[in-house]
Amino acid sequence: MSTTQILFWFLSVLAIFSAIMVVASKNPIHSVLWLIAVFFAISGHYILLNAQFLAIVNLIVYAGAIMVLFLFVIMLMNMNADTEPQKNKWLKIAGVIAGGSLLLVFVAALKNADLKNQLAQVNHGDIGLISNLGMELFHNYVVPFEISSVLFLSAMVGAVVIGKKE
Amino acid sequence: MASLLLSVDWALILEKCILIAVIISLSLVVAMYETWAERKVAAVMQDRRGPNRAGIFGILQPLADGLKLFMKEEIIPNLSNKFLFVLGPGLAMLTAMMTSAIIPWSSHLDIKGRIVSLQIADINIGILYVFGVVSMGVYGIMIGGWASNNKFSLLAAIRGASQIISYELAMGLSFIALLMLTGTLSLGTIVTQQQDHLWNIVYQPLGFFIFLICAFAECNRTPFDLSEAENELNFGYHQEYSSMKLGFYLFSEYVNMFISSAVMATLFFGGYDIPFVNDISFGQAHGQNLLALLQGLSLFLKIAVFIFFFMWVRWTIPRFRYDQLMRLGWRILIPLALINMVATGFLVLLKAHNWHF
Repeated sequence: MSTTQILFWFLSVLAIFSAIMVVASKNPIHSVLWLIAVFFAISGHYILLNAQFLAIVNLIVYAGAIMVLFLFVIMLMNMNADTEPQKNKWLKIAGVIAGGSLLLVFVAALKNADLKNQLAQVNHGDIGLISNLGMELFHNYVVPFEISSVLFLSAMVGAVVIGKKE
Repeated sequence: MASLLLSVDWALILEKCILIAVIISLSLVVAMYETWAERKVAAVMQDRRGPNRAGIFGILQPLADGLKLFMKEEIIPNLSNKFLFVLGPGLAMLTAMMTSAIIPWSSHLDIKGRIVSLQIADINIGILYVFGVVSMGVYGIMIGGWASNNKFSLLAAIRGASQIISYELAMGLSFIALLMLTGTLSLGTIVTQQQDHLWNIVYQPLGFFIFLICAFAECNRTPFDLSEAENELNFGYHQEYSSMKLGFYLFSEYVNMFISSAVMATLFFGGYDIPFVNDISFGQAHGQNLLALLQGLSLFLKIAVFIFFFMWVRWTIPRFRYDQLMRLGWRILIPLALINMVATGFLVLLKAHNWHF
């Protein structure tokens, strides 16, 4: 096995294990910390694809900002095991069915996908480097990019309006 | 592909390992003597003598302090979350050390024809890496404060984290204006650009000012040390900590100070560039190795000036109130940084069109 493959398997196992632990751990703080581990593993995958910009932005935005806000909320809510409401039995069954259906859709989609010709460029693609990505975003995709930033702006204004309401 | 693992450039790995070890021990030693310097600076400003018992000028004082911290009893509170309680200071220290990986400490050595770069990694995303690591730094404080299972610690941790997040925004915006001028994120390239032209401080005085204030806030230094406000929160997020775990928290602050001084010197003050000297012709006249040594020394002098400035401010300006801190961050620094960014963008575009509209 080459170094890249070893890293790939290590990161994949780490990502999946951490993702399972997010769901499985009882303490919500632990869930958040495992989710941060998932983000790190995914960023590692981005680095394997030489998409350095995506990797670091994933860390800054998700692991660095959004997860901190999650932690804020959970730490202030003071969750204990006995105050947590017990879920309805039917709700659990519905959840299992919905999740199973999603898995089925994923498997079906993967089965039809053309995987042979769509191999990721491991280690030598350069589209993820910042200058190439910038060129791509601001030349070919400038309108969608601007529209999505207007969307973000409106979300920000909305947050300020809600925060101002006494 | 199978032999890829064997075809790794072992000399390069060895070289980098040595470099990492040297830089980590260097930043620890610098952090150690920062604690000494802090007390000396405080003493001078308050017309006292400062530490003068251990060794000449109290030069062994940091060793005595370290020994004291190691000897203290390790206390882990009964109702705390044990694993996270230990993880907190470790994370704080780890994130403080990690930033040093991309700082160009000097140009390069020339050892028997082999060029040894004195930067651990010159990555494509350069300065964004610093940003990423800084945003991870919040977890050390938050996890430590929460795991202590103490209301004061939790409040202090949340204060500290929200302060760091708020000031990160203004810091990022002041970066953007600088990056518009340099056109690259790689710190190595930013330094070489400054060697040929004027230092970036000349083009970005406002950006530097904003960056400096944010660096104070990110390091939790006075006037922004709200998370350690002892008269409001007892002792802040590290109240339950003792022994070397407390030492790690205190120490990581000093390492942070050292690294952020290095980042500021690199971005705005020419990095390892020796002022008033043409580095390349000097290197040809006196040899590359001497040049690299002098350049490293020059960077360290700049860092020392910044560290002194940190201490000077600490013993001069009182702490902000929390609402003042938030107002400064959100209502003054962020708009100022935005104006700076737009103005810089305007001038860069104008220059690209030869100063015609």
